[in-house]
Amino acid sequence: MATVTHAAPATLVPRRRVGWARARRYVLPLVGLAVALAFLGPYIVMVLNSLRPSSDVVQTPPTFLPRTWQLSTFGDVLGDQRFLNWLKTSLLVATSSTVIVILVAVPAAYFTARFRFPGRTAFLFLVLVTQMFSPTSLVVGLYREFFELNLVNTYLAIILTNSAFNLAFAVWILHGFFSSIPKEVEEAAHLDGCSRFGTLTRIMLPLSMPGVVTAVVFTFIAAWNEYVVALTLMLDDAKKPLTVGITSYVTGYEQHWDQLFAASIIAIIPVVILFAFIEKHLVGGLTAGSIK
Amino acid sequence: MADPLQDAVVAPAGMPVAATASAASPVGSASSGGSPPPRRRRARRSGDTSFRVALLWLGPALLLILGVVVFPAIELVRAAFSRYSITGLRLGDAGTANFSNVLNHPSLVTVLTNTVIWVVVVVALTVLVSLGLAQFLSKDFFGRKVVRWAIIVPWAASLVITAKLFTMIYDYYYGTLNLILTTLHITSGPIDFLGDDRWTMPSMILVGIFVSVPFTAYVFVAGLNAIPGDVYEAAKIDGARPWQTYWRITLPLLRPALVVASVLNIIYVFNSFPIVYTLNDRNPGFLHDTTITFMYKLAFKSAEKDVGMSAAAGIFNVLLILIVIVIYLRTLKWQEQED
Repeated sequence: MATVTHAAPATLVPRRRVGWARARRYVLPLVGLAVALAFLGPYIVMVLNSLRPSSDVVQTPPTFLPRTWQLSTFGDVLGDQRFLNWLKTSLLVATSSTVIVILVAVPAAYFTARFRFPGRTAFLFLVLVTQMFSPTSLVVGLYREFFELNLVNTYLAIILTNSAFNLAFAVWILHGFFSSIPKEVEEAAHLDGCSRFGTLTRIMLPLSMPGVVTAVVFTFIAAWNEYVVALTLMLDDAKKPLTVGITSYVTGYEQHWDQLFAASIIAIIPVVILFAFIEKHLVGGLTAGSIK
Repeated sequence: MADPLQDAVVAPAGMPVAATASAASPVGSASSGGSPPPRRRRARRSGDTSFRVALLWLGPALLLILGVVVFPAIELVRAAFSRYSITGLRLGDAGTANFSNVLNHPSLVTVLTNTVIWVVVVVALTVLVSLGLAQFLSKDFFGRKVVRWAIIVPWAASLVITAKLFTMIYDYYYGTLNLILTTLHITSGPIDFLGDDRWTMPSMILVGIFVSVPFTAYVFVAGLNAIPGDVYEAAKIDGARPWQTYWRITLPLLRPALVVASVLNIIYVFNSFPIVYTLNDRNPGFLHDTTITFMYKLAFKSAEKDVGMSAAAGIFNVLLILIVIVIYLRTLKWQEQED
């Protein structure tokens, strides 16, 4: 670095710039630290609050660090039958929704990527529109539908809702991956006697693995984090998912802040790790190919 | 099995799809007893075989979308014209009474004003902050990966959990934000962020920006990476100052990303339920509600549990979103033409 700044062309650069070139090695990481802290700060508060008894969370004057450290909350939460019920629901709903989305999205994405057929544009348009609609805006209609089908308070209702509203992302991202695979690859497999379905499962899917993983992880996270529909449709406490259940740790009647935060951390950590894996492909899927 | 894939790709409709899919689907193969050539000719003539095969591959997706997106939308319209008992039983037609009830609701002006402020301020500030952040993240420095990873957390975490966390951070007595503000002597005493009516909306907006920036910044980083480096080189040779380069080159070339991020954010923020609902939990009435939480409370939280009126409010919401979607799709088309 030093040799570069003393090299002949550097004389053309104003002195101020040379100073900046040296300073930025230290300034940029420091700014980066500040940015990271700004986004992580609230979650650091969450971690610190999960490590102190609830009575210490609600004590004046407040302190940054716990006055008494308490590690047992995590064990308490994991031993709490209510929490385990919510966790079970979240796992069940997120997993089932993901399986449905993949089973439904793969053939649709493959067919629209490989063939031109009447209604293709209309179908892709429909998918794009569903991505724009959140279940929130239709929640009253969803409630009426499941009420009339007698499916209020069932896992099926929220599994179906999560599948339908996350389908678009999976279709778009898989569509993109399938389209990018040269047709010659498929032809070769075809000449070797591979069926259409065989080509899809043995050639196309393995070649599109990053897309499949992204679709799986994204759907899982979206279903895991879903709130409004579960809040509306799941009346039975034992059937609530984590997002809805956790909030009942702190209500007007009971205030277990330590448990709320410990449970929150347990709910967040797997999702954040999964998210980090697919981060590269997310923007493409969410903006549906409009920017590259 | 040996159907020529070449044909499938070249011919626009009819025969190729039918021929190829018959190998893949049990339904199709059931009818594949005859010799291939005549079957193909038949398919080419009718053209509806391809439609049937398309249905086979797209059917599950269509079923799901029709059943859980389109049907609820129809239900919403039906509910908006119906009267319901407090337990949710349909009592009969309501005509346009639900709509006039919404339009005459004493809180409507407040709710609409809140919605406009919420959407405009959150989206505008999110875009501004994200532009700066994306510029910063596209630089090369020690620890960039860590920063990118840190930004993911508010994006990945459930919005309710983040909102619930902020009810504690904003707390008047025990909140960390008040602790920071008073320790640094920025304010003389604690602020009741969620209880003081002047502070509730700004507090919600801050959380809204906090959770929207990560996605937006990532879109902008992708947009910045798509700008070819030689454009900047040319600008440098021509003696452009950094500010000129940003204003004349970066921003115009970032325009597609800007449009996409803004419109998607408008939809996300407009639809955002958990933040407004959770941070507003303590306040009765609709003083700080947006149209989405207003609609929700009408059906599920208010004393009268008026599903019909809530559905009417929901229709207004859907129409608003539709307008935004139309604008969005128009813009996408415009982009394709530009390419």
